[in-house]
Amino acid sequence: MSDASFIIDEASAPRAPVAAPGDYFALLKPRVMSLVVFTALAGILLAPVAPHPFLAFASLLAIAVGAGASGALNMWYDADIDRLMTRTRGRPIPAGRLGREEALAFGLFLSIMAVFTLGLVANWLAAGLLAFTIFFYVVVYTMWLKRTTPMNIVIGGAAGALPPVVGFAAATGAVDLSSVILFGLIFMWTPPHFWALALVKRAEYGAAGIPMLPNVHGETRTRLEILVYSILLAPIGVAPYLLGFASPVYGAVALLLGAALVACAVEVYLRREGDKARRAAMRLFFFSIVYLTLLFMVLVIERLLALSSWLA
Amino acid sequence: MTIGRHEDTERREGVVLTPEQAKSRRARNIAIGVAVALFVALFYFVTIVKLGGNVVPRAE
Repeated sequence: MSDASFIIDEASAPRAPVAAPGDYFALLKPRVMSLVVFTALAGILLAPVAPHPFLAFASLLAIAVGAGASGALNMWYDADIDRLMTRTRGRPIPAGRLGREEALAFGLFLSIMAVFTLGLVANWLAAGLLAFTIFFYVVVYTMWLKRTTPMNIVIGGAAGALPPVVGFAAATGAVDLSSVILFGLIFMWTPPHFWALALVKRAEYGAAGIPMLPNVHGETRTRLEILVYSILLAPIGVAPYLLGFASPVYGAVALLLGAALVACAVEVYLRREGDKARRAAMRLFFFSIVYLTLLFMVLVIERLLALSSWLA
Repeated sequence: MTIGRHEDTERREGVVLTPEQAKSRRARNIAIGVAVALFVALFYFVTIVKLGGNVVPRAE
């Protein structure tokens, strides 16, 4: 070995990362995580017997970290296509603040910690479901479906729909119809929500090589499928009332919001050209967020009220 | 084996961080410390809650 091989020049020297804690937090996709927390909380509160508040909090924390970990692993794998889209190019890896390896290590570490914490705090059924959710989101959706089929978000939506089931399992050690209904609600909500965005961002998805429905089967088929999924979603939204685990107030809110969502979907179906079509799609995209948030908010509030009167 | 002057300097100084890198490393260290402390506290309270009334003085 020559002496020269020992000499470290600036170019080959290990580069210390400049990532701040906020960059690692951004890897967790905080906005997605907040939705997961909210829906998992609804699952916990559906439990017939109120769980201990601290154990419920710890379970929720583990589910949130598990969801965040899968977000980090998604950003690790998708760094190449994140660079190509305006919506995602500011993320820590494409922006150059964090290396892919760091995101991978961070995501794997948090996944393992979240699953084992949930297993110890709640039970191993909930932990197994959380592990399956992470696996489904990272391996089945991100690595496989996302880049190969226009049904990516239909099947992949199962990962986003599982948190209420995980929450219910954490509180009860079982899975029942009420948590499966909440799963169905998020599962049916996902396609119209993302396809509305895909109609507007079609060119970006195309440039990134992601086979979203508008890119593969065209806008007419996408608008029709958005309408069909929205019509199927509206009754599932009312199902918690019909099946007796939500109040008539929830039923009325779900009915009104469902009708408004279908109206937005009809508008997307009818307005096909120009700026009006774009605005209709964005309206549906944002309204779908309001729809899901309000439904779960009403569900959570009325379960909390029931719990407080039960405790009083 | 002869040790070059350049390498000798590198061994003593290691990788010199820029002020920005040093600042972000310090912030990361604090964040890790806080996270570990919260994790320990979480398991402490979970243990207390789970044990509940089962912790009773043993009969002599």
